[in-house]
Amino acid sequence: MASKVPSLEEFSPDSAASAPQSSVISVENIVHRYDTRAALNGVTFRVHHAELFGLLGPNGSGKTTLFRILSTLMIPSSGRALIMGYDAATEPARLRRQIGVVFQAQSVDPKLTAYENLWHQGHLYGLRGRALKSRILEILNRVGLADRAHEYVETFSGGMQRRIELAKGLLHHPSVLLLDEPTTGLDPGARRDLWQYLAILRDEERVSVIVTTHLMEEAERCDRLVIMNEGKVVALGTPAELKKEIGGDVILLDAREPELLAQRIQAKFNVETTTMEGQVRLELENGHRFIAEVVEAFPGEIQAVSVSKPSLEDVFIHRTGHRFWTEDQQGELRKKSQDKKKH
Amino acid sequence: MAATQTSSFPAQVAPVSTGVALPSFTLWWRELVRFYRQRSRVIGVIASPLLFWVVIGSGFGTSFRSGNAAGQQHYLDYFYPGALIMIVLFTSIFTMMSVIEDRKQGFLLSVLVAPVPRSSIVLGKVLGGTTLSAVQGLIFLVFAPLVGVHLDLLRFLLVVVTVFLLSFSLTALGFAIAWPMDSTQAFHAIINLFLIPLWLLSGALFPLAGASGWLRLLMRINPLTYGVEALRTLLYPSTPVVFSLGASMATMVLFSAIMFLLAFIMVNRRTTKPAA
Repeated sequence: MASKVPSLEEFSPDSAASAPQSSVISVENIVHRYDTRAALNGVTFRVHHAELFGLLGPNGSGKTTLFRILSTLMIPSSGRALIMGYDAATEPARLRRQIGVVFQAQSVDPKLTAYENLWHQGHLYGLRGRALKSRILEILNRVGLADRAHEYVETFSGGMQRRIELAKGLLHHPSVLLLDEPTTGLDPGARRDLWQYLAILRDEERVSVIVTTHLMEEAERCDRLVIMNEGKVVALGTPAELKKEIGGDVILLDAREPELLAQRIQAKFNVETTTMEGQVRLELENGHRFIAEVVEAFPGEIQAVSVSKPSLEDVFIHRTGHRFWTEDQQGELRKKSQDKKKH
Repeated sequence: MAATQTSSFPAQVAPVSTGVALPSFTLWWRELVRFYRQRSRVIGVIASPLLFWVVIGSGFGTSFRSGNAAGQQHYLDYFYPGALIMIVLFTSIFTMMSVIEDRKQGFLLSVLVAPVPRSSIVLGKVLGGTTLSAVQGLIFLVFAPLVGVHLDLLRFLLVVVTVFLLSFSLTALGFAIAWPMDSTQAFHAIINLFLIPLWLLSGALFPLAGASGWLRLLMRINPLTYGVEALRTLLYPSTPVVFSLGASMATMVLFSAIMFLLAFIMVNRRTTKPAA
């Protein structure tokens, strides 16, 4: 099970050819099925070196499945995932050395102290003795928990436990850090701290950071992101790029009869409209001018108006034709949590 | 570029191979520390053999006062190795409930994504459980003089080896059972199905020589029988046994190897299903 850190020479021309030089992660046409249900349906994207990369999607979009495949916990039904040139399915041991993983659920042992948790973690990565000790103190300093090193993790707050998780993932200087919804259960302050720290990691240690999230405001902080829906990539790019394609402003009109209004707007102004949950939705430049005209044209029919700069949620709606959280999915989620309780 | 990135921290990058020893050691040590930190478990380990002894001693001892004739063994003496086996059996298998807890608490996930050989996960966990159960078994040996057993050094060491082999094989069995399970309840259900018959048919309660037919066959294929036989030979050298000490020991070594292999195979399954 000997695994080596690749030197320049050992980097096979084969993998270098399939992944351009700046690609740290290459996901190639991954399909994954649980029994018959397809969780991933042909996902392809690349992550560059020292990039803060987001996987944004609602629950059930397949991002956790993808996370499991990238962290070598699961083999995809077809397609492949390469990290630093190593295939997650066939070279797991080599790949594991390159990655630090922070799971959505807790993985620290609450019955051990912060120091002990990191001590065990270091041993799992072949670190030992004084080198390990100084590295633990260094990383504890880094996450601001040096003074709590010898206290049991079960006495820590949620935010502090997250920071220990992060310290665990970073202890062995990974090239790539994978985080699965790392801010789950954190208060806004701790959330902001975590994201600031991820940016520092990218800038100062040149670590490539991949984060899954279902929160738009978190996705906004990424350098680039993929938006996933029902196992497919629906958008890929920087947040600014993605929002630019919306073209101008997003206008929402509340109306008593949205379908009818939409038809009449289309006829009169020759613009594209969509109706959704009792609202007429338009994407237009100079939205403020249009509003004045449309309200004047259909007096009494419009109950409320809003104009906004496009958000990532608008990108999602634009690409999929439905909201990020659909009624359907929420119903399913509720059912799922009930099922879980039954077990 | 990808390759230069890894070599930009040449001094800090982890050594090339973790080997088996270091991760095994760390998992073994964690098992012991966790055990020691849970006071109730420590108390249980010390107290349960003692309680077991007191109950058996005052209960069985007075009820089965049949064997007073010369040359016939007192039932309490007969039962002593069986009681020792029972303690080892239960402790070994139940320590591996920690596999399910580790999975639930998420600790196991961080081990699974670490670049450690899968054998070290089995070895660390199983040796941890083995240590705990062997220590408990050996604590019970303190009562040996009460049943008239006085061990010399060689026999004592052989008893230690026997208890260790039993603990190791049964812990590995517990590991293999616990690995695919996601709830401790399910584990309990399976264990009860397995454990009681395994113990009853090991010669712990009634001798192998007296059994006949299908019962005798079941006892002969039960690996625990060989542990009981070995212990009986060592504790009471004068009593007749069915298998020689060497044969019993060899069978236990084989059983340990098979159980370890079984656990190893379970851990090595990498599937398209979620690992946890």
